[in-house]
Amino acid sequence: MRWINLHPGNGSRLALALLPFILLVVAYMIGSAERLADNPNDKLLPGFAALGEAISRMAFVADVRTGDYLLWSDTIASLQRLSAGLGIATAIALLLGLVIGILPFARALLSPFVAAIAMVPPLALLPILFIVMGLGEASKIALIVIGVAPIMIRDLALKALELPREMIVKAETLSASSWQIALRVVLPQILPRLITTLRLQLGPAWLFLIAAEAISSDSGLGYRIFLVRRYLSMDVIFPYVLWITLLAVATDILLDRLRIAVFPWSELEKGK
Amino acid sequence: MSALSIKNLWKEYGDQIVLENVSIEIESRAFVALVGPSGCGKSTFLRMLLGQEIQTKGEILLDGEPLPKEPGPDRGVVFQRYSVFPHLTVLGNVMFGKELQASRFAARLFGSARRVVEEEARAMIAAVGLMGSENKYPAQLSGGMQQRLALAQALIMRPKVLLLDEPFGALDPGIRAEIHVLMKKLWHEAPMTVVMVTHDMREAFTLGTRVVAFERPRDRPEEKLRYGATITRDIAIWPPRQAGVPSIFRPDRDGPVSSKGQ
Repeated sequence: MRWINLHPGNGSRLALALLPFILLVVAYMIGSAERLADNPNDKLLPGFAALGEAISRMAFVADVRTGDYLLWSDTIASLQRLSAGLGIATAIALLLGLVIGILPFARALLSPFVAAIAMVPPLALLPILFIVMGLGEASKIALIVIGVAPIMIRDLALKALELPREMIVKAETLSASSWQIALRVVLPQILPRLITTLRLQLGPAWLFLIAAEAISSDSGLGYRIFLVRRYLSMDVIFPYVLWITLLAVATDILLDRLRIAVFPWSELEKGK
Repeated sequence: MSALSIKNLWKEYGDQIVLENVSIEIESRAFVALVGPSGCGKSTFLRMLLGQEIQTKGEILLDGEPLPKEPGPDRGVVFQRYSVFPHLTVLGNVMFGKELQASRFAARLFGSARRVVEEEARAMIAAVGLMGSENKYPAQLSGGMQQRLALAQALIMRPKVLLLDEPFGALDPGIRAEIHVLMKKLWHEAPMTVVMVTHDMREAFTLGTRVVAFERPRDRPEEKLRYGATITRDIAIWPPRQAGVPSIFRPDRDGPVSSKGQ
């Protein structure tokens, strides 16, 4: 049989999915054991005992100075910024994407502008944001919005433009006005794509969040990583990176489940 | 009444002349089948009747009035694909036009107004033979069922003119024969004029009251750009078919069908 026609069963699919993760952990264990054998005080690749100790210190012991449980207070601070940024970006993207996708005049006005803005490297704007909006929350949230919104706008506008012309014409023959076509034909059909494009922008959003927190903040997951970097505290950095990854992966999966639950038809259309 | 009158119609895209000097009178309640080779402009002609495209010269009158320059509820349409909305159920698709018409801002109906429309939609769904599929999405229907749905969705608006752009071209012959019976029944029952583009001669002669052929009279390569297609044949079917009147020759084939659902 050709290789392209061989499909893994359920058990081997799970095993295959886990294999790279297990390999990574094993490689880390070997590297860590070797370095610790050379130097028991090595800080670069701490063993699992040291990692576990650091996790319980960050997550379950109150900080002596502030009385906070640092992992949780950092997580809450970061997620607040992230959700505010993504929420604002999503709202802007939905509105502008819809308008650009439907109205030729809005497209002529906004499409080239959004295309140009999307090319501005957001991190290059970070100093400007800090100068104009101060070092507080607003500039961090603004960085996330500026970083992800233009791409989401373009993606949604493209999706709206991709809708077959026949469908729009059919709605017109059913007496739909422009408003009604936007509300009941185009909007519901780009909402599943909105969730997908949000999933794809989770990575960049975290990137911008951590960049902003690294430079100026007093809490947050990115802040903590860059703070403890000074003491080479890999035992804290590794769990934090893992935790951020877990949060992002969980959000990604939950958003996809949400799409299937709210828009069951979008899953049916997939095979077409 | 729903008579179409097309006078000296031209359609050009830049230098390319697609249709030249098309004139035809389509009487109320006719079923006109447009046939012709690929690329002869019959679909372009249909899109002009629909208002999706605007003619370069000439005029199209519906009951003596010039057509508006965009599609509207007086002209229903069924395309070969993408005629129904994938995000609405069968019931939602059929109710859609009525909801849009009655609720201009929210585009949704609630309570008793919704129940009235829903009842009408369910009757329409039954008339095209889709009972039991009300809560399915189009992706769960076969191609033939999707086209039945598209017909129901268009006809609930009671259009004066129904425009069909190769609606049954993608269906296999058995399903196509079934939907021809339905199409004939709907044409007999609803007070509308039908214009259908088709590649299938058999379909044209089975359904039409009149078969109109588009062709390029000059088709040498160097002439293609500057000479468009026009109507070259206009064949009235004999024995004549008349909407709503049983045929005295072949009542089983050409008369109004009484049985529900098929």
